[in-house]
Amino acid sequence: MHAFREAANAVRRAPFLTVLSAAMVALALYVVGIFGVATFNLHQALQRIEERVEVVAYLRDGARPSEITLLEEDVLRMEEVRGVRFVSKEDALEAARRDLPEFEELFVGLDSNPLPASIEIELLEGFRTPNAVARVAERLTIYPFVEDVRYGQEWVDRLYLLQRIGGLATLILGGAFAVVAALIIGTAIRIAIFARREEIFVMRLVGATNGFVRRPFLLEGAFTGALGGAMAVGFTWFTYQLISRAIFRLEWIPLSWILSGVAGGALFGLMASGLAVRRYLQEV
Amino acid sequence: MIRFSKVTKAYPRRGKALDDISFQVEKGEFVFITGHSGSGKSTALRLLHFAERPTDGEVRVSGFSSTVTSDRELWKLRRRVGMVFQDFRLLPGRTARDNVEFALEVTGTRRGEIVSRSNRLLSQVGLAAKSGARVEELSGGEQQRVAIARALANEPQVLLADEPTGNLDERASRGIMDLFRELNASGMAILMATHDLELVRAHPAIRLLELSQGRLAFDSSLGVVTEAPPGPEAPDRTAAPVLPGGEV
Ligand SMILES: Nc1ncnc2c1ncn2[C@@H]1O[C@H](COP(=O)(O)OP(=O)(O)O)[C@@H](O)[C@H]1O
Ligand SMILES: [Mg+2]
Repeated sequence: MHAFREAANAVRRAPFLTVLSAAMVALALYVVGIFGVATFNLHQALQRIEERVEVVAYLRDGARPSEITLLEEDVLRMEEVRGVRFVSKEDALEAARRDLPEFEELFVGLDSNPLPASIEIELLEGFRTPNAVARVAERLTIYPFVEDVRYGQEWVDRLYLLQRIGGLATLILGGAFAVVAALIIGTAIRIAIFARREEIFVMRLVGATNGFVRRPFLLEGAFTGALGGAMAVGFTWFTYQLISRAIFRLEWIPLSWILSGVAGGALFGLMASGLAVRRYLQEV
Repeated sequence: MIRFSKVTKAYPRRGKALDDISFQVEKGEFVFITGHSGSGKSTALRLLHFAERPTDGEVRVSGFSSTVTSDRELWKLRRRVGMVFQDFRLLPGRTARDNVEFALEVTGTRRGEIVSRSNRLLSQVGLAAKSGARVEELSGGEQQRVAIARALANEPQVLLADEPTGNLDERASRGIMDLFRELNASGMAILMATHDLELVRAHPAIRLLELSQGRLAFDSSLGVVTEAPPGPEAPDRTAAPVLPGGEV
């Protein structure tokens, strides 16, 4: 009770400092939040793409049916593969006419079918990563009657790279802001300790426990952090709305991420003030 | 109850504030610690309150040892050993009652008990009528009484007083001494640092420890302890030490 009251007093006494500290925490977590939205959406996109990830081996026109059957059997034995489907030249043309009606006239009046036959290879879940896909594709190129292997590597690679860059940027930017936020919280705690040095002296003089002396400052830090976390959620949501309306539709991050953000802010504030308290209580 | 065993306290670049001091104080004893300014009186009291630790030797106070008791456990000692200062160290802007209740609150006393305890403490130090006055409205002597009430809040067995009359006029000083003697008569051990020789002379029955440049120069219960010459301010009793049997 005493600790709550004192923490509240400290906030009331220096509201500007509390808001400034909270804003710094908010900035740190905002960066994390923005990248959180991005990462979440990238993740969703990757998953959708991964579901459709397949390797397509285009066959030379001269490939014999027995060779094709042999290839299908070999492919089915690979541990990454869930199934194979043979697409004949006719099937390919059919599909092209259906999927690309705007190019209709390209396909009419052809003497010969320009499209190659292919086999489409569906991969097992867990093997739809760039590495696994490339591995399967690599093996297929060995067959002389396989003309080309495609697996949308550019897209997959690019998304994975984006995800990794996003993670790294979050780490660096979020980390930088977190350090600044910790310093500001530390300063706020130091000022609060200094403002109350006489009381702290008396508390220790008459036998208050260390925990009792520290608790208000830790609470203050945790509160500041939680406030910062909540602000960050607000900023992030605002930014999300802006992008979603003006540029492209995004999905909002799950509630559990938001709660972790606020809890993370509180925990961060607690740790920052814990360090500050340990350091600055010795000075009074 | 209290034992200094070969205690030395050295400050970096300041030399030894206390140099190989040994003495013992029994339960319920009243002791003056006297000596020139800078002789180490305050340092001795701070060591007794474990506000600082000796550089060498051991300080024992009601079961706590300077070499064993950790900082985490200090609060236990502080509730057994009260302390008051020359400048009172009261919380400004608050009433006498608030200052006493603060000590009870921060040591986890139950709400219901706080009021009755502070009432009792304030009347014990003779301030029942002024409990609602703010610290700034009280005289020096009254402020020191508030500080004493606060020091007694957790019913300590020992009271340490560092020049408690140093800022007070003669009348107020006498009042504080009377209060101390009352407390002492009801069993409280009191160690009081003072360089007021008038006051020391006025209480010949109280044991006297004299410090000189960090050394124990004189203990009225034993006679002269070291060859260190007593300072010019040394009380008369140096010449004719009161032997243990002479103490009341
Ligand atoms: N915190 C400190 N740092 C450095 N020197 C100190 C400190 N406290 C006391 N001293 C030195 O120790 C000696 C004894 O001081 P003190 O115990 O305050 O004496 P007294 O209370 O008898 O006047 C003095 O020389 C003083 O300068
Ligand atoms: Mg002193």
